[in-house]
Amino acid sequence: GGMAAALLLLLLMAAGPGPGRADAGRERRDALREELLLSPLPTGDVAATFQFRTRWDADLQRGSVSHYRLFPKALGRLVAALGVRELHLALTQGFWRTRYWGQPPLQAPAGAELWVWFQPTVTDVDKAWKELSNILSGIFCASLNFIDSTNTVIPTASFKPLGLANGTDHHLLRYAVLPREVVCTENLTPWKKLLPCGSKAGLAVLLKAERLFHSSYHSQAVHIRPICRDASCLAVSWELRQTLTVVFDFFSSGQGKKDWSLFKMFSRTLTDTCPLASESKVYVDISPKNKEKELLEVSPTPTSVHETIVQGEKKSYAVYDLLSPSLFNTSRSLNVQLKWKRPQDSSEMPIPTLHAQRYVGGYGLQTGEICTLIYNTHPYRAFPVILLETVPWYLRLYVHTLTIITKGKENKPSYIHYQPAQDRSRPHLLEMLIQLPANSVTKITIQFERALLKWTEYPPDPNHGFYVGSSVLSALVPSVTAMKDIDVEQSPLFTSLFPSSDGSSYFVRLYTEPLLVNLPTPDFSMPYNVICLTCTVVAVCYGSFYNLLTRTFHVEEPSRGGLAKRLANVIRKFRGVPPL
Amino acid sequence: RTSVTSRYEMRYRSTTGQEEAALAAATAREADAALYPLQDTTLGSLTMYVVPETSSLLPQGINVYVGKHRSALVRAVGSLAALQARLREVTQLMSFTASAVAAALSDRVPNGQLGPDARRNLKSSLGYEITFSLLNPDPKSHTVDWDIEGAVNRYVKPVLDKLSLVANFSVDSQILYYAVLGVTPRYDKESSSFLLSAHSLPHVINPVEARLGSSAASLYPVLNFLLYVPERSHSPLYIQDKDGAPVSTNAFHSPRWGGIMVYNVEAPASPQASLPLHVDVDMARVMEVFLAQLRLLFGLSREEVPPEFLLEGPGNEGLADWELDHLLWAHTVENIATVSTTLTSLAQLLDKIGNIVIKDDVASEVYRAVASVQRAVTKLSLGHLHAAFQASKEAVTSSERAFFDPSLLHLLYFPDDQKFAIYIPLFLPMAVPILLSLAKIVRETRLRKKEPTKMD
Repeated sequence: GGMAAALLLLLLMAAGPGPGRADAGRERRDALREELLLSPLPTGDVAATFQFRTRWDADLQRGSVSHYRLFPKALGRLVAALGVRELHLALTQGFWRTRYWGQPPLQAPAGAELWVWFQPTVTDVDKAWKELSNILSGIFCASLNFIDSTNTVIPTASFKPLGLANGTDHHLLRYAVLPREVVCTENLTPWKKLLPCGSKAGLAVLLKAERLFHSSYHSQAVHIRPICRDASCLAVSWELRQTLTVVFDFFSSGQGKKDWSLFKMFSRTLTDTCPLASESKVYVDISPKNKEKELLEVSPTPTSVHETIVQGEKKSYAVYDLLSPSLFNTSRSLNVQLKWKRPQDSSEMPIPTLHAQRYVGGYGLQTGEICTLIYNTHPYRAFPVILLETVPWYLRLYVHTLTIITKGKENKPSYIHYQPAQDRSRPHLLEMLIQLPANSVTKITIQFERALLKWTEYPPDPNHGFYVGSSVLSALVPSVTAMKDIDVEQSPLFTSLFPSSDGSSYFVRLYTEPLLVNLPTPDFSMPYNVICLTCTVVAVCYGSFYNLLTRTFHVEEPSRGGLAKRLANVIRKFRGVPPL
Repeated sequence: RTSVTSRYEMRYRSTTGQEEAALAAATAREADAALYPLQDTTLGSLTMYVVPETSSLLPQGINVYVGKHRSALVRAVGSLAALQARLREVTQLMSFTASAVAAALSDRVPNGQLGPDARRNLKSSLGYEITFSLLNPDPKSHTVDWDIEGAVNRYVKPVLDKLSLVANFSVDSQILYYAVLGVTPRYDKESSSFLLSAHSLPHVINPVEARLGSSAASLYPVLNFLLYVPERSHSPLYIQDKDGAPVSTNAFHSPRWGGIMVYNVEAPASPQASLPLHVDVDMARVMEVFLAQLRLLFGLSREEVPPEFLLEGPGNEGLADWELDHLLWAHTVENIATVSTTLTSLAQLLDKIGNIVIKDDVASEVYRAVASVQRAVTKLSLGHLHAAFQASKEAVTSSERAFFDPSLLHLLYFPDDQKFAIYIPLFLPMAVPILLSLAKIVRETRLRKKEPTKMD
């Protein structure tokens, strides 16, 4: 009853007159929705997730479309020119700690991640992929041009299209991760430039680089996919989602308080709306963590309260609708604040149903072991998970050493796809479908040998180590509470990126830590040292030969003596003593 | 040192019966239309009809009428020599002038020898991208709509269809919000409007350009046409020329870049009118300005025409057939010059850096470029404009491919100073005994010179 009323209220708001509404009578073929989700994390940190969604009721692929309004022209032309079906690019700094922070709405591996589905009409997918990564690296000022055959894989099961797709021939898919990539302001600026309102109005005014990068996790992404235009799905629309997730560590950064406000996080407040947005909302996660009464208090009073089930959990959100005229009536700016009524005890941190960790084992510089631990904390349900490992060619995997152990017993994967590496041209790809029993830890180990690289193949600062990209876990996690089918156009954006399957489970994609592996690294100054040494020896020899050849011999006085005397004389001459 | 010479091949004949009939039309325009099917329509050829001095085809005071296609009507005034001089003048106008050729070669002519307009023309390229951008810096007060799709189909398409002989064109458009000019306009109390003076215009473009977005997917030069709807707090906004008078079109162009037009929104009748104001752009007015700027950027200005000449308007297609020839002549010459510069600089580079490797495919591209450029020159001297242009285009493609081949760079970077640095440990200790013995020799010779003087 309460939820229905809240929804009705929302609908009324959307239909009411508000700023930017004057063109309501005119039929627009594109629409912008923007959304900010603020969720306090169990550790006391705060995660802020921005989503900007541009939907365009036009078929980019036909080639006839060349007049852009809200959709950025640079990306639109890219999609049309290279036959892109779906594009997902994420640039991330830091690591989402699933164990402590809970399931993220959107996770991405550290560094740069790019995965693209191409149209079946594309004949040379590798060429299109290369060209695409080069153009994207130009658009986003990132080193995506380092994507080549040595870090590109073709997963068979892990990455299904998120949008409309009539065929899932995985040869049209390419996936690459650059774990070494560092994300900074020069990547944020072009990302902001793609927004119709730039960073001038709406939620995007909060995107201030100096605050966003002063955080423990920063991930910005671009997702382009085709979607159904309406329920009948006879025509295609294109959707561009720009997402940005930041985690601010107030609690651990010394202030010891878990209270926060928009101004404290972004050093800005919201003052006006983007006139182009048809929806602009701030959601604050106020669902009680424990079964007790509400501990937290948000101010000002939210426009409404939205209750929904996200990732198997019942959640309630305080909603601030920036387009509702009442919001800016009382004060000129919106500064959402959250206060804890009494200190929360952190001992009862909820543990997510699925989480994982990974590390490198072994000692010495010759062999090693990659260990992955996958936890299923569900009390009574088992579920399968797809694990994708991409390992660079210079770590030679021994597949016969692959062991999967759950609760002390060997666990046989029901599907294995392994593509061995080729030196200097292809990485290892290992995909497995593993059944995780209820309340269990599954340990996957595989041994490897470190290869010796050619001296030109070492990157700058090779003693730092070599990165191995995160492994990817995709799973349909059984839900505790039954979920209802959601209407994508009505529900908040953070619930609608991944297609929901049925009411009993939800889709989760997790990334483990990237690994840093030391390879046997030669002393790069050695050749120079050798050159120096030999040159010195040659020069000394040369010097004595030269002396021997150019010395003029005088006939000396009879007091000759033997060789010993002459030598002694030479030494005496050096010492400045008169000769014998 | 190279030079460009030109020569016209003229043939005189009397008119045929059909042409007589066509020339009997009431006005020059009708005669031009009637003559069109009778003409030789190869690119680069012109037909001129000399009409008697008393002919009523041409209006009073007009001695030359240039039609839409490749023909002109010339009134026979004065002596035969004067007529010949006039015919030559018309020919130059309709094909190329020395200044047009100089402008085509402007990148190879030292500065100062050319007028300021010479570098306005776009460089010859195999393709161009035309981008129309609507800048709306104040979406809170104005919702601006433009029917760009219709306007492109109606006004731009016919021009580009005609120009497709010259290059490939692609057209797109975008709307940019919160994109502001780089200059704050000055408020003028008298007219209660805002003014942008001519000298501040160069600073206008830069901040806008950052938002335009480069065309990452293609390598062709981009022509930008911006329609700027000023913010409510800065309207109306007018552009002033150098003398301080407002520019009637409220637009300006930037050489080799594109054009900007300021589109003022009429203030609402009642100040209480609810914001945002809805604005429908009058595309006919805008496209008129943009097409004129497009012609200017291609070097097709009709400014330097004597008063006794009457030029027929280009009609819906935006440019006349002879103007197309004009463009082709200029671009062919420019292409040939570009190829020769490219190949020369490649050769100079090879002379300078000996360890560049020229692979067989690069070499064959160079040979192909040379062959094509020779063919282009021959065809050009024969007056076969179309064939010459095609050959010059092929030559440009081949020469650029050879010049920008990535295999040239593979061994490029191994500077000599590093080699020297590596061998310093060898050279330095070896130099010590040599230098010491040199010093010794010098000392000894000095001693030997001194000793005889002491003897004296």
